[in-house]
Amino acid sequence: MTGSDFGALLGKTGMNRRTMLRVLGAGAASAAAVPLLAACTGTSAATTSTTSSTTSAATSAAATSSSSVATSGAASSVASSAVGSSSASSSIKQLGGTVSFGSNQSDAVPKAAYQDVFDAFTKASTTSVKVNTIDHNSFQENINNYLQGSPDEVLTWFAGNRMQFFAAQGLLTPIDDVWSGFQDQYSDAFIKASTAADGKKYFVPFDNYPWAIFYRPSVFKAKGYVVPKTLDELKTLSAKMLKDGLTPIAFGDKDGWPAMGTFDYLNQRINGYQFHMDLVATHKESWTDPKVKTVFDTWKGLFPYLQTGALGRTWQEAALSLVKKEAGMYVLGSFVAQQFPKGDTDIDFFAFPEVDSNIGMDAVEAPIDGFLLSSKGTSEQSRLLMTFLASPEAQLTYLKKDSSVVAANKTASTANYTPLQKRSAELIGSAKTISQFLDRDSRPDFASPVVIPALQQFLKDGDSDSVTKSLEAQAKTIFTS
Amino acid sequence: MTATQQTPVPQAPIEKPLAKNRRVRRLTTKDRVVISLMIGIPTLIEAVLVWFPAIGSIILSFAKWNGVGSFGKIEWIGTTNYANVFGIDPNFWPAVRHNLIWLAFLAFIASPAGIFLAVLLDRELPGSKIMQSIFFLPVMFSLALVGVIWQLIFSPDQGLINGVLGTKIDWFGNPNINLWAALIAASWKHIGYIMVLYLAGLKGVDPSLREAAAIDGATSRQTFFRVVFPAMKPINIVIVVITVIEALRAFDIVFIINKGTNGLQLLATMIYTNSGAAARVGYASALAVILLVIALVPIISYLTQAFKEDKR
Repeated sequence: MTGSDFGALLGKTGMNRRTMLRVLGAGAASAAAVPLLAACTGTSAATTSTTSSTTSAATSAAATSSSSVATSGAASSVASSAVGSSSASSSIKQLGGTVSFGSNQSDAVPKAAYQDVFDAFTKASTTSVKVNTIDHNSFQENINNYLQGSPDEVLTWFAGNRMQFFAAQGLLTPIDDVWSGFQDQYSDAFIKASTAADGKKYFVPFDNYPWAIFYRPSVFKAKGYVVPKTLDELKTLSAKMLKDGLTPIAFGDKDGWPAMGTFDYLNQRINGYQFHMDLVATHKESWTDPKVKTVFDTWKGLFPYLQTGALGRTWQEAALSLVKKEAGMYVLGSFVAQQFPKGDTDIDFFAFPEVDSNIGMDAVEAPIDGFLLSSKGTSEQSRLLMTFLASPEAQLTYLKKDSSVVAANKTASTANYTPLQKRSAELIGSAKTISQFLDRDSRPDFASPVVIPALQQFLKDGDSDSVTKSLEAQAKTIFTS
Repeated sequence: MTATQQTPVPQAPIEKPLAKNRRVRRLTTKDRVVISLMIGIPTLIEAVLVWFPAIGSIILSFAKWNGVGSFGKIEWIGTTNYANVFGIDPNFWPAVRHNLIWLAFLAFIASPAGIFLAVLLDRELPGSKIMQSIFFLPVMFSLALVGVIWQLIFSPDQGLINGVLGTKIDWFGNPNINLWAALIAASWKHIGYIMVLYLAGLKGVDPSLREAAAIDGATSRQTFFRVVFPAMKPINIVIVVITVIEALRAFDIVFIINKGTNGLQLLATMIYTNSGAAARVGYASALAVILLVIALVPIISYLTQAFKEDKR
């Protein structure tokens, strides 16, 4: 995905959206028609959409944004008019029946946003979605048993190695036929992130968000700070902030994973994307390589500017110090915006600065969230839902409620994006390579049990020798198969 | 193990001597059905729910397996997991040390404190019912709530302690302090638990024992240590066993604080991070076996000691 792609995308968007609406409304054949679509049966009235467990979410969602329902209805109201019509073919087949969906989005905002997406799907397809929402952390920790037991047909998951692991175990259903319907709507980075080692596609990207350095423009303006382009400029700026009584870089690593973001960026800025992947994903490179030691030593050079006591602070608490203007900058994903008070738009970000001019800064860390089809997902309804979730309509419906992420489909209109979302889309669009975050790019048995304690130990003692040795010794015992 | 081995034993004499022994013949068919059901069902439950998983994890501790797919995918690697645990894993020895500190703290401070409270409350002082409820309250709180309460108290930026004392101590982040902070939170629950157990025991002590001691001129301290405490032996055993088990399975509060990293590594949290999403089934099993051995040593030695004294 390049910048010019994005320019083209912005230009095309209007037409594309119109096309989609017309398709939905008149039930005409679409360019993105599903291969599994046959003659439309033109069935029956819409079934009621939700199961009892999700009804409350739907109603609370309606309560929180009843005003947005009218505007967000664009796709769904049109879609509902299609329900009655019995045209020869439609982009969304009216199959009826039910499809089960396993969701890890247990927080109120994304849960309600998903419900809107499913409501729109049900209106268009007459297929109801039975949502099974599981607490975010429990979902991740039990995913192995879940996928081997009786999983839902469609489920939420992440791109990259975390998806490929299950594909390699034969726990997923490949969806190349589904992909052929919308492949041209996704950039190469997303297609690559959806493809497993066997060359088949298993994943439908839904949304993503960049990691970057966040700041409050008002603070930068008042103090005359300039956005740093290189690591040296970042250090100079940090020293200036220290003098001004600010904590230069907010930091909270109690949960262990936020530190991975800094490591990922430093490693990719110093050694490049490919080296990073060969190190964390496949362990083709050694942790004791001097190049990795350089990364840790560079990181140590930033220690004087990091908020102290990070290991006792959650990322949310660290975000508060940015909100309160006690800290100047914060390395985190764009979900940091969730911690800002409603209506507070005094937030912006800049890309992680350049360390080595030979490597540049075209690697962006932007984790992609999306969906998988479990081994149980063999019904036509589940494929139809996957197709729908890949559409710009579905993704924009979601973004109505959750504006901390951007749509994965490159034809999705950016017209209603917040300034932060527009900048996010630009940053991701400018990337030559997209990494997923260490705990998604690496093996699950390495990232959480090994890397988290190792990085925390390094943050305590700053000993780049012992951290690289310890990581290498443990990596050797894990990356054997 | 004894339970499984004993199963056939009671059945054998019932069936065999039927022809010879008159006394046994009095067992009707109904009796035999009842007896075999009463022995068979618990044995089966024990075997399926306790022994099968326990032996299973001992076997799996010699394997490398990601928990996915058929058993044919299990790769047998001998004692490699143990070698890695003892030799390479930087979290293991700190975890053992923290578990032992946890055990010592509960055994020498929290449990005696609970017993002390129970003895005080047993005196029926005014207001003791209310105090009893207050001390027992933490035991009834859900773990999530306990976690939230102590987060609020210990939080470095917004916490109660730092707010009141005006200090800037990083209670949960400083690896030299956070174990003690967690121990205070754990003891808060443990003391109430021990107190109620011991109080129930104290109520069951025959009052005539104390009367006799009082008539013999014993002080209240002597009455407790020489008369009541020895009479409470069954409860004492329960308390020792519970303290050891609580210390070794310690998990929840630490997991709520920081998932068992950075100075709060415990064997139980290590098992959790290595199983679950990480799916290092063999490695986590090796850790579980080590924890099992550590737990069995003090409990078995204490129990054999206690029962040996009984026989004398």
